[in-house]
Amino acid sequence: MSQSDQSQETTEPDSFQDPGVPYHRPRLSDKDPKAAKRAERQVAAMFGISILGTVIAIWAYFGLHDMGEDVESIQQTNTVIGIGVMLAMFGIGWGAIHWAKTLMRDHEMVEERHELRSSDESRAGAIQNLKDGVEDSGIGASKEGVPRRGLLKGSLITAMLVAPLALLVPQIGNMGGDWNVGLLRHTMWKKGTRLARDPDGTPIKASDVTIGSAFHVIPEGLNEMGHGKLEAKAKAIVLMVRLDPRDLTIQPGREDWSFDGIVAYSKVCTHVGCPVALYEQQTHHLLCPCHQSTFDVSDGAKVVFGPAKRPLPQLPIAVDDEGYIIAKSDFDEPVGPSYWDRLKTPDGDLTPEEGSH
Amino acid sequence: MKSLAKKRYHKAAPLMLVLLLLAAITGVAAVTTSSPATAATQVSEDDVAQGEKLFAANCATCHGMDAQGQEDIAPSLVGVGAAAVDFQVGTGRMPMQMSGPQARAKAPQFDQDQIDQLAGYVASLGAGPTVPTAEQVDGSLGDPANGMELFRTNCAMCHGSVGGGGALTQGKYAPSLWATTPTHIYEAMLTGPQSMPVFNNANISSEGKRDVIAYLEEQRQPSPGGLKLGAIGPVAEGFWAWLVGIGLIIASTVWVGARSS
Amino acid sequence: MGTKLNNAAAGTANYVDERTSIGGFVKFFARKIFPDHWSFMLGEVALYSFIVLLISGVFLTAFFVPSMDIIHYDGTFPTMQGVEMSRAFASTLDTSFEVPGGLLMRQIHHWAALLFTASILFHMARVFFTGAFRKPREINWLIGFTLMIMSLAAGFTGYSLPDDVLSGNGLRIIDGIVKAIPIIGTYISYWLFGGEFPGEVLIPRLFTAHVLLVPALILGLIALHLFLVFLHKHTQYPGGGRTHKNVVGLPLFPVYTAKAGGFFFVVFGVIAFMGAFFTINPVWNYGPYDPSPVSAGTQPDWYILFVDGALRMMPGELWGFPFEWVIGGYTLSMNLLIPGLIMPALLFGFMAFYPWFEAWATGDRGEKHVLDRPRNAPVRTGIGVAVITFYVILVLEGSNDIVANLFHLSLNDLTIFFRFAIFILPVVAFMVTKRFCLGLQRKDRELVLHGNETGRIVRHENGEYIEVHEPLDEQARWIAVNYDDIAPSVVAPSHNDRGVERKGHKFDRFKHRLSRFYFEDRVSPVTPAELEEAQHHH
Repeated sequence: MSQSDQSQETTEPDSFQDPGVPYHRPRLSDKDPKAAKRAERQVAAMFGISILGTVIAIWAYFGLHDMGEDVESIQQTNTVIGIGVMLAMFGIGWGAIHWAKTLMRDHEMVEERHELRSSDESRAGAIQNLKDGVEDSGIGASKEGVPRRGLLKGSLITAMLVAPLALLVPQIGNMGGDWNVGLLRHTMWKKGTRLARDPDGTPIKASDVTIGSAFHVIPEGLNEMGHGKLEAKAKAIVLMVRLDPRDLTIQPGREDWSFDGIVAYSKVCTHVGCPVALYEQQTHHLLCPCHQSTFDVSDGAKVVFGPAKRPLPQLPIAVDDEGYIIAKSDFDEPVGPSYWDRLKTPDGDLTPEEGSH
Repeated sequence: MKSLAKKRYHKAAPLMLVLLLLAAITGVAAVTTSSPATAATQVSEDDVAQGEKLFAANCATCHGMDAQGQEDIAPSLVGVGAAAVDFQVGTGRMPMQMSGPQARAKAPQFDQDQIDQLAGYVASLGAGPTVPTAEQVDGSLGDPANGMELFRTNCAMCHGSVGGGGALTQGKYAPSLWATTPTHIYEAMLTGPQSMPVFNNANISSEGKRDVIAYLEEQRQPSPGGLKLGAIGPVAEGFWAWLVGIGLIIASTVWVGARSS
Repeated sequence: MGTKLNNAAAGTANYVDERTSIGGFVKFFARKIFPDHWSFMLGEVALYSFIVLLISGVFLTAFFVPSMDIIHYDGTFPTMQGVEMSRAFASTLDTSFEVPGGLLMRQIHHWAALLFTASILFHMARVFFTGAFRKPREINWLIGFTLMIMSLAAGFTGYSLPDDVLSGNGLRIIDGIVKAIPIIGTYISYWLFGGEFPGEVLIPRLFTAHVLLVPALILGLIALHLFLVFLHKHTQYPGGGRTHKNVVGLPLFPVYTAKAGGFFFVVFGVIAFMGAFFTINPVWNYGPYDPSPVSAGTQPDWYILFVDGALRMMPGELWGFPFEWVIGGYTLSMNLLIPGLIMPALLFGFMAFYPWFEAWATGDRGEKHVLDRPRNAPVRTGIGVAVITFYVILVLEGSNDIVANLFHLSLNDLTIFFRFAIFILPVVAFMVTKRFCLGLQRKDRELVLHGNETGRIVRHENGEYIEVHEPLDEQARWIAVNYDDIAPSVVAPSHNDRGVERKGHKFDRFKHRLSRFYFEDRVSPVTPAELEEAQHHH
C-alpha cells in the first residue's frame, strides 16, 4: 500500500499538514504567584543544602582526619567527606534545574537553520583563491611567465615525509630496551636448579610432595635476584603436583621427566600468559582463571577445554642426593603465549607440535 | 597503644559473631565452650566405639562397612585422619544428601561430640592429619601480611583475592571463606577436600596456615571504601556502575527533560 | 548599588569586547536554541564525567608516584606490612589510607571512568537509533566514535597504574595478544614494555599516556565535537512545527545554562554518592603485582570485558580443527588474533563507518535534522539491537565464571552455549526487533485511523454494543504520520534494447538488494484520504 495508489482517487492532499508548534501550556508557577514563591523557596533551600554539604566535607576533613590503623575510621572518613561532596553538588544541581524548570520562561522558540553548504559564489571565490596561491608558488599549472617548479613540490613532500623519522627512529629505537627478543626462549631454569616454594623461596624435598599436593614453584635463588627479578619470575613460575603414578600418562620421550608421580609444568598459560594456577586435584585438571583454558595434568597438560591450543611446557625434574627436587634442564620450548618465530631457533627449527599444520 | 587495643577488639568481634551464628543455626551451644581440638586429641575407647556405630548407621552405605570405600561412589577413609572427618562432617558436606558436581556445605547433621566420636573412629583406622589445636588456628597470633602472600599464591586463584569464592570447571566451585571457622579453614588446607589440592605442613607450614587464617579474618572487617559489592572484582563494579550510576543519572535526565506541572 | 554594579559590568564588557570582539560571539551563543529531551543529555553525562575525571585526577596526581622501584611497605594497612611492592602501588595505598579524602577521590575517579565509558556508549546508541548520524553529522559521528575509543584507552591506561596483581594480569593478557601479531609482535611487546614483560618502565609510560597524551586528545576532540554541534544546531524529535529547516526549543541562556549547568552538579553528585558508599578497585585486596599469583574473578573493567569474553569464547581447537597454525615453521595464533584483534577491528570498523554505509545503501542524501523514531527505521533499529546483542553476549561470556558461580551453572556449559549464541542470537534479535518496529508502525496506523480506545461502551439503537474511540489530537497524529515512506530502489534493466548487457548492472543489482533489505518491509503512514475513509465507516 503505497501513497500513490490512494492519491489518484481522491482530492485530499497527499499528506497531513504540520499543525505547528503546540501552544504553550502554562505551569502552576505561571498561573499562581504563590506556587512561584514556593518554588523560589525550594530553590533557595536546595542551595542551602549545598552550602551545608560543603561545611560537612570540610568539617569531616578536619574533624575526622585522624585516620587510625583500623579500617573503620578510614571508611568513616571516606563516607562522611563523600556525603559532604555529594550534598554540595546535588544542592547546586537540583536548585539550578528546579529554578530553570519552574521559574524561567518555557515558551518554545524557533530558530531557522541555514544550509551548511557554502554559496556557489563563495565556493567559486575559494577555488579562485587557492588557484591563485598555487600559481604564485609555482607548484601548480603555470601562468604564462611564471615557471613551473615541480622539483620544489616533490622535494618538499619528500622532506616532510621523512623528517619525522629524525625524531621517531631514536624514540622508538630507545623504547624497546635491548630488543633482545631471543630472551623469550629461555628461563632461569637450568640443570640442577632446585625447585623452591613460591613466595618464600625455600627448596622442596620430594618427600614433602604428598599425593594430591599442589606446589607453586619458583627457581631457587630467584628471590635473591635484584634487577630483572620480575621478568625472570614471569617466565620461570611452575606448578608442581603429585598424582598417583597409576593416574599419570607418561608422554613419549618424557619417560624420565617426572619423579614417582611428581610432575612440574610451566604456570604460564600458552594462551595469553596468565598464571594457570587453578588445580583440581580430583580431576587433575588445571584451569586458567583468566580465560578458562583447561589442561589435563595427568596427560601431558594437554588442552581439554578453552582457548589455548598447546599443552603447557613440562619442566624435566629429578631428585638430588639430598632429596631435593631439581630441574634437569630448562624447558625445551619457549614458555607462555605463542609468537611468530617461537619455533625458530638460531640452531634450526623446533619440531612443530603434532596436530598443527 | 589505644588503637592497638581497639583493633584487637574489632578483630575478635566478627569471629565471635560467626561462631555464635553457627551455634544458633545448629542449635549446639557446645561449639563455643568445648574446643573440638582437645576433644579430638583425648578420644576414649568408648568414643571410638560410639563413632563406629554412627559410621555404620550414616556413612557405611557409601564408604563401606570397613570404610574402604567403593569405586566410583565414595573414597576410602583409611588414613584420611580426624581433620578430614571434622571438616567434612562439621561443615555439613558429609553425609552427602544428593550427588552433584560437588558436596555442598549445609547445617551439620551431628553435634560436635558425635563428630569427635566419628573422627576418633576414622582416625583409629589409620594415621592421618589430626584436628588442629586452638592455638594453631588463632588468627590473632598470625601475621596477616604473610598470610596475604601465601593466600594469593596458593588460594586466590580459586577462592578469589579475599576469599569470596569462585567458579571451577563443570559446575564445581570454590566456596566463600568468609563464614568458615578457622578450624575448618585449617583442616581444609591440611586435607584437601574434593577438588582442593592438599597443602600439607611441608608446603604451607602450620604457622603459615595460621597466617592465612589471620589474613582471612582481616577480610571480615568492613572495607575502607564502603560496601564491598561482593568483593569479586570489576564485573560487579561494572554491574553497579550501570545499575546504580547510569540508573540514577537516567532518572535525573528524565527529571531535567520533563516539563514542570 | 545596582547601577554601580551595572556600570562595572558594562565597563568590563566594553574592555573585553574592544580587545576580542566577544560581543558577536555572545550575541550568537546566548539565545541559541536547544530542543528539550531527556535523551539529549546523555552526551552531557559523558562530558561531565570527563570533567569530574579531570578534577579528581588532578587531586590524585599530587599523591601518586609513577615508579616501579621496589620498596617494602611500612604504612598502616595490616595485610600489607613489610610486603615488597612498587612505589606506584605503595603510593596508591598511602593515598587511600593516609590522605583524608584520598580514597574518596580514587573511588570518585574510578566510578567516573566507568560512567564515562558507559554514558558514551549510551549516547552513541541514542544517536544511532534516532538516525542523528545522518547528513550533515557523519563527521561528528566519527569524532564521537574516536572519543569512545580514546575513553577506552584512557580507562585502560588508568586501570593499570596502581600496579596491582589484577591489572598486572590484564597487562600480561595485552602482552600475549600483542605477541601474537605476525612478524612484529614480539618487537611491539618489547617497545611497549621496554624489554621483557613486565619490565621497569611501563608504569611511567602509562602514566604519561594517561595524564597527558590521552586527555589532551580527548579534550581536543571534545572541542571539535561541540563546535560541530553548534555549527549543525541540535537535531530534534519529530513534532508539531519541527522541520528539517528549523530548530524548536529553549534558549541556551538562561534556561540551558541553568539546566545543563545544574546537571553537571547532579552528575558529580551521583558519582560522589558512589564514591562515598561503594568500594571500587580495592587494590589492597589484590596486592602488588607479582607474575605468579592470580585470583578468581580476574577481569578487566566492564568496557574491556567484551574482548575478554571473545578471548574466552574462542576455542583453541574446534572439532579437531586447530586455530593455531604453523606455516613454514612460523606460528600464527588465530585463536588470539580473531578475538583479540580481528573481532574488535570489524566491530569498531562497522560502527565507525555505518553512517556512510547506510547513506550509500539507502541512497538517502539530504540534510536530516528531524530525528527518526526508531520504529520508523525498522532495519536500522534491528541492526542496532543485533550489534548490542552481540556485544552483550561477549560481555556475559567475559563474566562467565561470575555468572556460573552466582547461578550455580557450569562455566563450560555457558561457554559452549555462548559459542552458538554469538552467531544465532544477533540474527534472531534483528528479526524480532524489525518485526516489533513494524508492529508499532501498524499500531500507529490503527491509532490514527480509529483513535484511542476510551473504555466507554455504548449501545446503538440496533442493539449493537461498540466501544467509543477518541480520535488523536492534531499533535499526536502528526507525530504518527510524519515520516518518510521510502520504497526500494528500482533497478534499470540488465540488458539494453539491443540485448547488450549494461555495464555495472551487477553492482546495481547488489545495491538494489541492499535497498530492498532496508525498505522492502515497510508500513506507510496514513494519508488524509485513508483517514477520511476510515471515519466514513463509523
